[in-house]
Amino acid sequence: MLEVKNLHANINGKEILKGISLTIKDGEVHALMGQNGAGKSTLSNIIVGHPAYEVTQGSITFNGKDLLAMAPEERAHEGIFLSFQQPVEIPGVSMNNFMRAALNAKRKAQGLEPIPATEFLKLMRERRKIVELDNKLANRSVNEGFSGGEKKRNEIFQMAMLEPTFAILDETDSGLDVDALRIVAEGFNKLRKPETSALVITHYQRLLDYLQPDIIHVLIGGQIVHTGGPEVATMIENEGFEQFTIHNA
Amino acid sequence: MHNAQLGYAMNAEKQYIELYEQCREMIDLHSTAVLNSRREQAFADFCQLGLPTQKLERYKYTNVAESFAPNYGLNLRHIDIPVNPYEVFRCDVPNLSTSLYFVVNDRFYNKILPKASLPEGVLVMSLAEAATKHPELVEGRYGRLARSSKDGLNALNTMYCQDGLFVYVPRNTVVERPLQIINILRADVDLMVNRRVLIVVEDGAEVKLLFCDHAIDDRSFLATQVSEVYVGENAHLELYELEETHVRSHRFSNMYVDQQRSSTATIDSITLHNGLTRNRTDVTLSGEYAETRMFGCVIADKQQHVDNNTLIDHRVPNCQSMELYKYVLDGEALGAFAGRVLVREGAQKTTSQETNANLVATDTARMYTQPMLEIYADDVKCSHGSTVGQLNEQALFYMRQRGIPLDEARMLLKFAFAGEVLDSIRMEPLRDRLHYLVEKRFRGELSKCEGCKLCK
Repeated sequence: MLEVKNLHANINGKEILKGISLTIKDGEVHALMGQNGAGKSTLSNIIVGHPAYEVTQGSITFNGKDLLAMAPEERAHEGIFLSFQQPVEIPGVSMNNFMRAALNAKRKAQGLEPIPATEFLKLMRERRKIVELDNKLANRSVNEGFSGGEKKRNEIFQMAMLEPTFAILDETDSGLDVDALRIVAEGFNKLRKPETSALVITHYQRLLDYLQPDIIHVLIGGQIVHTGGPEVATMIENEGFEQFTIHNA
Repeated sequence: MHNAQLGYAMNAEKQYIELYEQCREMIDLHSTAVLNSRREQAFADFCQLGLPTQKLERYKYTNVAESFAPNYGLNLRHIDIPVNPYEVFRCDVPNLSTSLYFVVNDRFYNKILPKASLPEGVLVMSLAEAATKHPELVEGRYGRLARSSKDGLNALNTMYCQDGLFVYVPRNTVVERPLQIINILRADVDLMVNRRVLIVVEDGAEVKLLFCDHAIDDRSFLATQVSEVYVGENAHLELYELEETHVRSHRFSNMYVDQQRSSTATIDSITLHNGLTRNRTDVTLSGEYAETRMFGCVIADKQQHVDNNTLIDHRVPNCQSMELYKYVLDGEALGAFAGRVLVREGAQKTTSQETNANLVATDTARMYTQPMLEIYADDVKCSHGSTVGQLNEQALFYMRQRGIPLDEARMLLKFAFAGEVLDSIRMEPLRDRLHYLVEKRFRGELSKCEGCKLCK
C-alpha cells in the first residue's frame, strides 16, 4: 500500500529525515515510536503533503502512485487520512458544513454526485456513535471550544466519515484520559477492515495494547534504527530509547 | 501627485459650480419649494468648502475629486427614462415579504405601487411630493441633520437634489412588513445622480427598511445620496443597505441618524459588489437609554474601493453602542474603515464596543483601519480594536487533508469570516439570502449585480 524509500526531508533548511525506508502492506498496522524531535510527525506530515516540509531525496508511492507529486487534497481523495496531533480550530465553519464539503469533494473525485442531505445527516449520526461524540458538537464550529479529548475523538469521527484506506494517528493518545483513550482506540478498531492499513505514532505502549500493531519501528535522529514485532513496545516501555541509541552508535 | 490631485479638484468643482449657475432655474422648476429653498445656501457653502480633499481627516482614504472629475450627464429636466423596474428587477430575496418601492436614479417611481396597504398614516413616497403635500413633516427636518455647511458633499447634494425618498411612520405605529426600496441606476449615458432620503420614525413607532442598490446599465454612474434619519423616543428602526452595483459605479453616501430617548437603531451596511464606495454614517445619541448597533460587511476584489467612515456620538448618559465591520479583500481591492466613537463630557454610564476585523487574502489588496475612541467622561465601559489578517494557513491545510480543494477551503474560511456580520441580521429570510449571495460572491458567480440586465 505505502512504500517510503530513502526519504530525506528538511524544514527551514534543517535536515530532519535522513533516509527513511518502510513498506506498509494492505491490512497492516505499523507503529512508529521515538523520542520527541526524532522526526515522527515530520514523516506523517510529509506523507499528507504539508507544504512546510521539503523532500530533498527519496520517494513515496501509494498503491503504486507517486504520492509526492500530488496536492494534499488529492492524497486525501486517494484514501489517506491524518489524525492530527493538534487538530486545528476553524471558527465560523460548522462541523456539518466542513464534513459535507470534505465528503462531497471526495465523492466528486470518485465521479459521484453530492451526498443527499438526509443521507448525510444519517451518516453523521451513525458515525458519531462510534466515538461517542456529543450531538451538540456537530453544530459547533470545527474544534472550536472542544476539550482536548473531544478534539481527538473528533479526529476519529472524521476518519469514520471519510473511510480512508490508510490512516495515520499522530499521537492521538496524547492528552487523553484512560476512558477517552479506550473510546478512541476501540473506535479505530471498529473502523478497521481487512484491506485498510495504518501508521500509529505514539510514545506509549497503552495505545498499542489496544491497536495490536503488526510491526514497530523505532525512529531516532531521523533514521529508523530498529524494526520488529509487538515485543519492541515492551522493550521500550522497560528500558527506554537509550538502548537503541547506543546500539546505533 | 499632489498637484495632479489639486488640478482634479479644481476642475471637478468648477464644472459643478458652473453648471449650477447655468441651470439653477431649471433645477428649481423640476423640484419643489422646500428643496429649492436650501439651494442658495448650499451653493454658497459648496463654493467655500469645495469637494472634500484627502487632507480632511474624514476623507483621508478616498480621492473624491477623482470620482467627480469626469463629465457626467445630469437629468435635471427630469426627462422620463424608459424603465419598468418590475420587469428589469425581480426581487431575489425569496420568502421575504416586503412592501416594494423603486427609486430610479434620483426619482421615486410612482407608476406602480405595492398593493398591500400600509398602516394608517404611514407614508412612503417621493420626497418632492411629500414636501409639497406635507410640508409640515418635511420642512423642519430637511437639511437639519445633514448640514450643507459641514461637508462639501452635503452641500453639493443639496444644490442639485430634486427628489428622493420620504418615509414617515407616525407615533406608536408599527410597520410589520419591511419596506424594501430598490435604488436603480439606469441611463444610456454616463450619469450623475443626486438622491435624497428623509426618514422619520416618530415616538414609539417601529419600522424595518431594506435598501438595495443596483446599476442596470453598463454606464459609469456617480451617485451621491444624503440621508437624514430621525428616530423618536422609544422608536425602533432596523435599516439595511445592500449595494450590489458594478465596477463603474461610484457611490457617495452620507447618512445622519439622530436617536431620542430609549430608541434602538440597527444600521447594517453590506457592500457585495461595487466600483468605488464611500459611506459616511453618523449616529447621534441625543436621548438617554438609546441603543445603536452598527454593522458593516465588505467583500471586494478586482480594483474595488470601499471606504466606510463612521461616527457614534454619545452626547448623553446611559446609552449603548456596538459596532462591527468586517472586510474580506481580494485581488487589488482597497478597503478603509475609520470609526470614531465619541463619548462626550457628562455621558456617564456609556457602554460602547467597536470592532473592525479584516481579512486580506492577497498581497496586492490593501486595508486601512482606524478605530478611534475619544472619552470625556469617567464612568464608562468602552472598548475598540481592529485586526488585519490573512487566511489561516493551518486551517487551510487541515481542510485540504480532509480532501477539500484549496479554492473551496479558502472560500469556506472567507465565508466563515464574513458570516459573523450576516448573522447580526434580524430578518431571517434576508439573512439566509445574504448568506447565499455572499457564498456566490466568493465563488465568483456574482461578478456583476444579481438583479440586473447585464447578467441575463
